[in-house]
Amino acid sequence: MDNALPIVEIRNLSKSYHRGSQTLPVLIDISLDIDKGEFLALMGPSGSGKTTLLNLIAGIDKADSGSIKVSGIEITSLSETELALWRASNVGFIFQFYNLIPVLTAYENVELPLLLSGLTKKERRSHVETALSVVNLTDRMDHRPGQLSGGQQQRVAIARAVVTDPTILVADEPTGDLDRKSAEEILDLMERLVHEMEKTIIMVTHDPRAAKKAHKVKHLDKGILNAYLQTDF
Amino acid sequence: MHIFKLIFRNAFRHKLRTFLTVLGVTIAILAFGLLRTVISAWYAGVEASSATRLVSRNAVSLVFPLPLSYKDKIRQIEGVKGVSYGTWFGGIYIDEKNFFANYAMEPKTYLAMYPEIIIPSEQMAAFLRDRKGAVAGRKLVERFGWKIGDIVTLKGTIFPGNWDFVIRGIYRGRDNTVDETAFFFQWDYLNEALKKAGRSWADHAGWYLIEIKDPHIAADVSVRIDKTFKNSLAETLTETEKAFQLSFISMTEAIVIAIKLVSFVIIFIIMAVVANTMAMTARERIGEYAIFKTLGFRGFHIGGLIFGESIIITMIGAIFGIMLTFPVAKIFAHELSAFFPIFNVETKTIYMDLAASFVVAFVAGIFPTWRAANIRIADGLRRIG
Repeated sequence: MDNALPIVEIRNLSKSYHRGSQTLPVLIDISLDIDKGEFLALMGPSGSGKTTLLNLIAGIDKADSGSIKVSGIEITSLSETELALWRASNVGFIFQFYNLIPVLTAYENVELPLLLSGLTKKERRSHVETALSVVNLTDRMDHRPGQLSGGQQQRVAIARAVVTDPTILVADEPTGDLDRKSAEEILDLMERLVHEMEKTIIMVTHDPRAAKKAHKVKHLDKGILNAYLQTDF
Repeated sequence: MHIFKLIFRNAFRHKLRTFLTVLGVTIAILAFGLLRTVISAWYAGVEASSATRLVSRNAVSLVFPLPLSYKDKIRQIEGVKGVSYGTWFGGIYIDEKNFFANYAMEPKTYLAMYPEIIIPSEQMAAFLRDRKGAVAGRKLVERFGWKIGDIVTLKGTIFPGNWDFVIRGIYRGRDNTVDETAFFFQWDYLNEALKKAGRSWADHAGWYLIEIKDPHIAADVSVRIDKTFKNSLAETLTETEKAFQLSFISMTEAIVIAIKLVSFVIIFIIMAVVANTMAMTARERIGEYAIFKTLGFRGFHIGGLIFGESIIITMIGAIFGIMLTFPVAKIFAHELSAFFPIFNVETKTIYMDLAASFVVAFVAGIFPTWRAANIRIADGLRRIG
């Protein structure tokens, strides 16, 4: 693993939610570096701010203060439109509930992010087939999500996440809705993405077995990154 | 994958809801189209009128006649090309419910001014030869099953008695804007009978029909005619044929306005129905829209999906509605021929159907699009699961 240049640099990041006159701090002064090709797991109890931190790194939420640099780009200063364009080419998303579009086939779901890329139909087909072969689902490309098992749906979601060859992959409880066997398969696949394709993965999880697959585990508690609780594998 | 494929599949995700919405739009567009056709039918006489024809009637009211001696005086007025005259007969065929327009007219000059009325030459000759001859429109003949040579008896209301006429001709309209339900006969037949009976209407006409040389001089010629008979016992009121027809419609304007209002209320109601469908759709898919945004799609992409779906649902309903308008209008035309001799679905009505459908689709998509485009991704994703 190359630790020379962190691909994600977070400095003094804070985020609060407002409910009426109340301000609820969710993240407090977070600083964190994630290296290229690293598989990082974020753990912590519910409400500790893990998903919020993941959303901020992925550019789908706005911080109150602090800095997030991904591949040298300060994403906190990007406008909504710039963020949308940035996300399209730099971030791959893996969700707990797969979040596939039910009326589209596996092929079409994977193709979806490429519609914004300006690639030709032929080029898109080549990318989609490659992504589906990585997750070993080329034989199911014409199936709709409802015709696939949970594990297969999550593999399609992973194919959709990697098809644009993004800088980082963010995964929010990717095994949370799966049985043990399927969860193992998904985690193995994510490991392969890191080892064979040098992908950087930031994963939020409650599951210690999932966290064990990561290179590093960071613990959040009440919005604070616990400096003393870090597990390196 | 083509984005239209996604929009189309989305439109049919909730089949029952889509079917009911499409059905609602179909019925609304059908009702809208029929009501607009009723309005067009109301104005059919106005639309069919010629700019080169003037109508001169008694200034007091149409129920008072004008002396026949006016004919030659009118003909001498500058700008006048031809003069004819007619009298409303108002006869009843068997029963009052069998209403149709029937009037006496001077056939040679009158029909010369109506090139849109087409009578076969041999029938025209037979009509001119027979003092009791009459000509009926094609639709009227079909309605009562008359044929050439049949004797038709009308019961006079303005001119009492039973009046026998022999059908000598059947006319057709040059196009579908011509009323084919009228019945006309020779003015001399009526006049002679009135003379014999010593009635005051003898040697009087109900109205004069005046052909002018140029439509641009209609106002001047009208003024000249009315000036000629100023301070006479029967002053005239001369106006274009269009204005003459409009004067009848103005009597029933309140009904026309009510029909117009109802037609727009129908569109407003269906707008609410489609807006409700789209709002429900967008609310259910707010999580999906958040995923689209997560993947880099922007507000206008989401708007395209919602508006596209709204347009597909509305336009399918509109197309069915428009397709149904023609056969239903045909049934209406048949059943209401006594009230609406011309009941054609105009091209303008179809354009209005399509315009109304687009407005419905667009308005129905505004709020869901605004909501979906503005939702924070994190909030949208929380709705899933």
